[in-house]
Amino acid sequence: MSEIQPRASRRAVLCAAGALAAGAGLLPGVATATPEATRKLIGDLAGGATLKEGRIKLDLPQVADNGATVPVSVKVDSPMTAQDHVRALYVLAEHNPVPETAIFRFTPACGEAEVSLRMRLAKTQTVYAVAQMSDGTAYLAKGEVKVTVGGCGT
Amino acid sequence: MSEKPRIKIPSSAKKGEVVEIKTMVTHPMESGQRKDAAGAVIPRKILNKFTCKANGAEVFAADLFPSFAANPYLTFKLRIEATTKLEFAWIDDDGSAITADAEIKVA
Repeated sequence: MSEIQPRASRRAVLCAAGALAAGAGLLPGVATATPEATRKLIGDLAGGATLKEGRIKLDLPQVADNGATVPVSVKVDSPMTAQDHVRALYVLAEHNPVPETAIFRFTPACGEAEVSLRMRLAKTQTVYAVAQMSDGTAYLAKGEVKVTVGGCGT
Repeated sequence: MSEKPRIKIPSSAKKGEVVEIKTMVTHPMESGQRKDAAGAVIPRKILNKFTCKANGAEVFAADLFPSFAANPYLTFKLRIEATTKLEFAWIDDDGSAITADAEIKVA
């Protein structure tokens, strides 16, 4: 259940995201993540490895009427053995105040790396899933959700 | 949070079977982004961590962030090799925890 990335680096990224948003005067009083900050975060999660496509099945609604509760399910294709398993799965949203929604930490005892959850989306945006494998490789999947009514502020 | 977490699991499983664990717990997951009628920011108060132990060993965990929807709903999978006692815990920002336990029998 160990983390690959030290927390500090993620925190630094988030601080940078906040500073950037504040500096640009976006939505005064509300720090908003940017696609750039999210991409940098994803790069950090990959830990120098090249992000590959595939192996992740990211299920998102095309349109979410209510951004306060958007159903998401993610399945990562993995044998989930001691030698070869999914270590962590990140669910990120680039235009939320904080890009991370959840970090799931799996063990071989899970049998399958599959989760479902409900997340908040501030507005129409791309949702990302990044999976870190036990062998150091990382995979990326993404999908866009159109949001009718945002689920963060107000 | 007086309401008990809802856990939906099979009561029994075959040895080696991968079962789905469905969980839901009542919590506002106050994001810290909202303002009250007077314009003051409502302080953040969320469940920031979830853990599941099987027979005492942690087998699945999650870090949760403010964009996790209210009344956190979360499902995941577990491979059941023997009768397993499951312990679930959700940790609040204020340090308190909501807990639940359950058992899956292997005949």
